[in-house]
Amino acid sequence: MMDRLGTGRLGRFLVGLPPYAWLALFFLVPFLIVLKISLSEPSAGAPPYLPLWDWDETGALAFHLTLGNYATLFGDELYAFAYLNSIRIAGIATLGCLLIGYPAAYAIARAPTAWRQSLLLLVALPFWTSFLIRVYAWIGILKSEGMLNALLLWLGVISEPLQILQTDLAVIIGMTYSYLPFMVLPLYANLEKMDLTLLEAAADLGCRPFKAFVAVTLPLSMPGIVAGSLLVFIPAVGEFVIPDLLGGPDTLMIGKVLWAEFFDNRDWPVASAVAIAMLVLLVAPIMIIQNARTKAEEAGK
Amino acid sequence: MASQTTAAPWNDPGAKPLIRFEGVSKRFGDFVAVDQVDLAIHKGEFFSLLGASGCGKTTLLRMLAGFETPTEGRIFIDGVDMSAVPPYERPVNMMFQSYALFPHMTVEANIAFGLKQDRLPQPVITDRTKAVLDLVQMGKFATRKPHQLSGGQRQRVALARALAKEPKVLLLDEPLGALDKKLREATQLELVNIQDRVGVTFVMVTHDQEEAMTMSSRIGVMNSGRIAQVGTPVDIYEYPESRFVADFIGAANMFEASVRQSGTDQVVVNCPELAHDLIIAHNDMLPEGTPVTVMVRPEKVAISRDKPAEGLNWAQGVVADIAYLGDVSIFHVRLESGHRIEALQTNLRHTDERKLTWEDPVYLSWHPANALVLTK
Repeated sequence: MMDRLGTGRLGRFLVGLPPYAWLALFFLVPFLIVLKISLSEPSAGAPPYLPLWDWDETGALAFHLTLGNYATLFGDELYAFAYLNSIRIAGIATLGCLLIGYPAAYAIARAPTAWRQSLLLLVALPFWTSFLIRVYAWIGILKSEGMLNALLLWLGVISEPLQILQTDLAVIIGMTYSYLPFMVLPLYANLEKMDLTLLEAAADLGCRPFKAFVAVTLPLSMPGIVAGSLLVFIPAVGEFVIPDLLGGPDTLMIGKVLWAEFFDNRDWPVASAVAIAMLVLLVAPIMIIQNARTKAEEAGK
Repeated sequence: MASQTTAAPWNDPGAKPLIRFEGVSKRFGDFVAVDQVDLAIHKGEFFSLLGASGCGKTTLLRMLAGFETPTEGRIFIDGVDMSAVPPYERPVNMMFQSYALFPHMTVEANIAFGLKQDRLPQPVITDRTKAVLDLVQMGKFATRKPHQLSGGQRQRVALARALAKEPKVLLLDEPLGALDKKLREATQLELVNIQDRVGVTFVMVTHDQEEAMTMSSRIGVMNSGRIAQVGTPVDIYEYPESRFVADFIGAANMFEASVRQSGTDQVVVNCPELAHDLIIAHNDMLPEGTPVTVMVRPEKVAISRDKPAEGLNWAQGVVADIAYLGDVSIFHVRLESGHRIEALQTNLRHTDERKLTWEDPVYLSWHPANALVLTK
């Protein structure tokens, strides 16, 4: 008995080891490297930062830790502005994904069983094409002489082309489009397992269909809404490719700032500080909230 | 139960039924779930739809609630045609088999949900919620969520929620199906008591005949989409109108026979399984040679070593099997023809000197009034 329990535990440990080792090696270690760089002083050499510690002339160990890079973030309002703008754009894109994704997920979840797999496949179908190509395609749609403007001109809605490309709107459209499947899939998983008898019960108790949706379906799908929104919002905040390709010079987003610090300014320590700050300011609160939610749900069960 | 059997509005031809099914059919593709059902249910009844799974009883109930639309026919509640009335406007409430309590709401909120839809003032909602919770003895659990309740408690909340709106008709879909046997038996009587107190008409779907017999004022036995017979539990058990109902409700001994002679109050039939003719009380004249089935319930059959008195129907055989159930024993007696008859005997004494045992030759007998001739 002891032996069986023992091997069971060892087996579980062995099964759990690879993913944890993977995460430690390719997530935790790089994170620590970035953290280290963010605390070091910039230099003109290669690598473009000074080591955190070395041995001075007397042979004693000397540390060169600095919080100066973080001070820079607070000192220049460009960074704060970029953070807030990233949150705003990602927030609007998340809302857009929710407004399009919820009805889509609902429709798929209520479609005849035989159709559901095909409809889900259609949602995931864009993944078969390169993300980059799909974002480039939006340039063709949104540019001044692009398809959207041509259509609107032809319909007579507008008399001269709209400037959509190289604005925040283009970035929001691009993000909403790109991240839509990440909203639809968790929402579908949630809506699909809902007990439809509950809606019959609501109707039986005198509740009209739309009100039943608001009073029953919507609150019960909240975990799906939260999961989908986080899956869209978190990567959207740090997104670089979409604002770079669709946004204009005024589209200030943290991903672009990061790129500029790394490659244009070659200021790795400040770039690393930007990355760490983003993690602390954004992901940490969300993780804490999620953790509290999970605990509350478990306590409720 | 006793109070219900005294009043019998279904025997009064002038009485206006509360619920009327008129030629109602429901087809799902090629499958006929409900087939030409005519049925009248009266105010204050505890009516059960009884049948095996797939007999159409649940579909009939769901059409009454408005979740399914009849393919043909019409349903009236209180004289109003329900054809165009959506479920949320019908004067009925349902207690679902799975209870269908809203998991994100407290017990209170679940019960208040229906009342809020009627836009009642908050004090009325609070009072009524409390009243129905007390009715089902769940007052202490008002602020719990459904997942914090046991199965029996959820069942009570579901009942309270359905009763809170004071519907004209309460529909119950296998209301006790999810409870264990002990709790089910206790709840059966309680449900009947609650119905007595609130005076609401109950229509229940069940596959459990004991449950239907215990609780109902009348039972509608269903078989492949049709109503086989409607009657009080006594009617259904003592006077089944067809082989199906006789066989479905309780145990029955049946013999194939043909009419030899028919009188005004009895009929003489010839039964190939038996050496002699049987005499059975029967009110209708039947032409000679009509093929019939003779049915007699096991508890109506007496078993003895001695030849029974004159005037009784009797048969001779040997004990093939004995099922001892504690309170009663069921004797399976094999006739000379090989046909088996069940006889039920109450075990009145701790020990019986003259106890029958396997392979004992015995006589079986029953009174002409205690058997039935079935022609359907």
